Amino acid sequence: MVGELRGVTKRFRGITAVDGVDLRLEAGKVTALLGPNGAGKTTTVRLMLGLTRPTSGTVRLFGEDPTAPAARQRTGVMLQVANVPETLRVREHVHLFCSYYPSPMTEDAALAAAGIGSLANRKYGELSSGQKQRVHFALAICGNPDLLFLDEPTVGLDVESRRAFWQEVRALVSRGRAILLTTHYLEEADALADRVVVMNQGAIVAEGAPHEMKQLAASRRIRCATSLTVDRLQAMPAVASVRRDGATTELLTNDAERVTRDLLIADATLSGLEVTGAGLEEAFLALTSARGQQSNVGAGGVR
Amino acid sequence: MNVRCYALEAKYEFLKHLRMPAYAIPSIVFPVMFYLLFGVMFGGARPTAGTTVGTYMMATYSTFGVIGAALFGFGVGIAVERGQGWMTLKRATPMPPMAYFAAKVAMAVLFGTIIITLISATGVMLAGVRLSAGQWLALSATLIAGAVPFCAIGLALGYFAGPNSSVAIVNMIFMPTAFASGLWIPFEMLPPVVKSIGELLPPYHLAQLALRVIGSGMGAPAWTHVLALVGFTLAGLGLAWIGYRRDEDQTWG
Repeated sequence: MVGELRGVTKRFRGITAVDGVDLRLEAGKVTALLGPNGAGKTTTVRLMLGLTRPTSGTVRLFGEDPTAPAARQRTGVMLQVANVPETLRVREHVHLFCSYYPSPMTEDAALAAAGIGSLANRKYGELSSGQKQRVHFALAICGNPDLLFLDEPTVGLDVESRRAFWQEVRALVSRGRAILLTTHYLEEADALADRVVVMNQGAIVAEGAPHEMKQLAASRRIRCATSLTVDRLQAMPAVASVRRDGATTELLTNDAERVTRDLLIADATLSGLEVTGAGLEEAFLALTSARGQQSNVGAGGVR
Repeated sequence: MNVRCYALEAKYEFLKHLRMPAYAIPSIVFPVMFYLLFGVMFGGARPTAGTTVGTYMMATYSTFGVIGAALFGFGVGIAVERGQGWMTLKRATPMPPMAYFAAKVAMAVLFGTIIITLISATGVMLAGVRLSAGQWLALSATLIAGAVPFCAIGLALGYFAGPNSSVAIVNMIFMPTAFASGLWIPFEMLPPVVKSIGELLPPYHLAQLALRVIGSGMGAPAWTHVLALVGFTLAGLGLAWIGYRRDEDQTWG
């Protein structure tokens, strides 16, 4: 295991930013941290990096405290907020960062991997935002790290650059690197991650393999007012989950047609029928808004 | 210790500032220009306070230049790099934290040396300044070492000033204190009220040490000034430490 958070809680100024989070990062695996703004993704990354101390719980990178030089020498970081000094050239930035690590890549290799070989002699301040993102990526990988943190790495990239970036990330993973990725883009998590962890309000609300999340996403939501009991509904074929909220009942399923047919046969008085296609986005929102009234979702891994 | 990364950190810190006109021009050009105006054109050979105006002002404007390079390099540099999240990124790398600060000190000292050299050359060529080799050496060494307390004060300012307000804040502190400490016009000529304030300010103590070398100044024992500067250094470092700890708990610091 490369990195680990165990029961980590972080409070500051009365706010619980991270609430009892357990997370494991493994070699050759991409873990994607998904969640809306303010979900605690960035604070989780900062805790993992030892940039801030947990209020309780333990953080370990390579079995050490994350601030230990030995741990940091095996870690590369791309942070969302960082802007780098504008008057230095791209090559100069990479040159400097390489000097921090015991066995770095060559400057040219790092620049090429980030797709900015042709920008080596440009000053950072002259670059477009997409090009700047790639400089940040070059700085993150130039030390040949075993563990890479990518905090919203493709914000501001066009579709083509994003795909090229994913390609590069996959190449790193195939060489056994562990990656923690935070992202808003569900597509990105799906394209890269071995494991998707959904956070909301500081806590992990769901985690699973992307195919499990996609299965969830392929599901559709049926809303109706029915006299059937929750137990009865749960027992129906193809029903993944049932939630009753006052007069409205909500079902998640991968086979909306079948469930609808069964429902109408079983309950002649059923009314207010509504079927909505979920999509990953929808499933994601459902997961993050349903905290506290968690549904019994069948698609494995979701808790 | 990874010596190479210390050296590179310092090299790029210097290059970064050299290519930044907003830093390099005021830091280098202003002190030299002020010296030309007030120390040379208004009669550099006139006697004042046991020496000539040209020699006296050479010491005080060199002090002014050295302090400015340190205060702006640290105060503004740290505030901006904190605000941009650059410092956070650096902290997450294996860079030894001391390399970051040592590079900034080296940068301030190097800029200070350039300023001292330019002002001294101006003094010798245009104001007829003549010092013994020992005096030149002592003056340069005093001023270069004197950059350190102002690096510490700048560091503290950098942790408490915002990235956008830092230039204004450093100016608002630096300009009046430079005046009250006798860096612009000889301390002896200041009104008594200003003098009594000036004696409490860090630039006053460095200027007095520089003036002692050329046989001028207010005549207090050197150790009192050294002690005061050590005190200001420790106070600056202490405040900076508080700011650093405070940053650790913020999401962007």
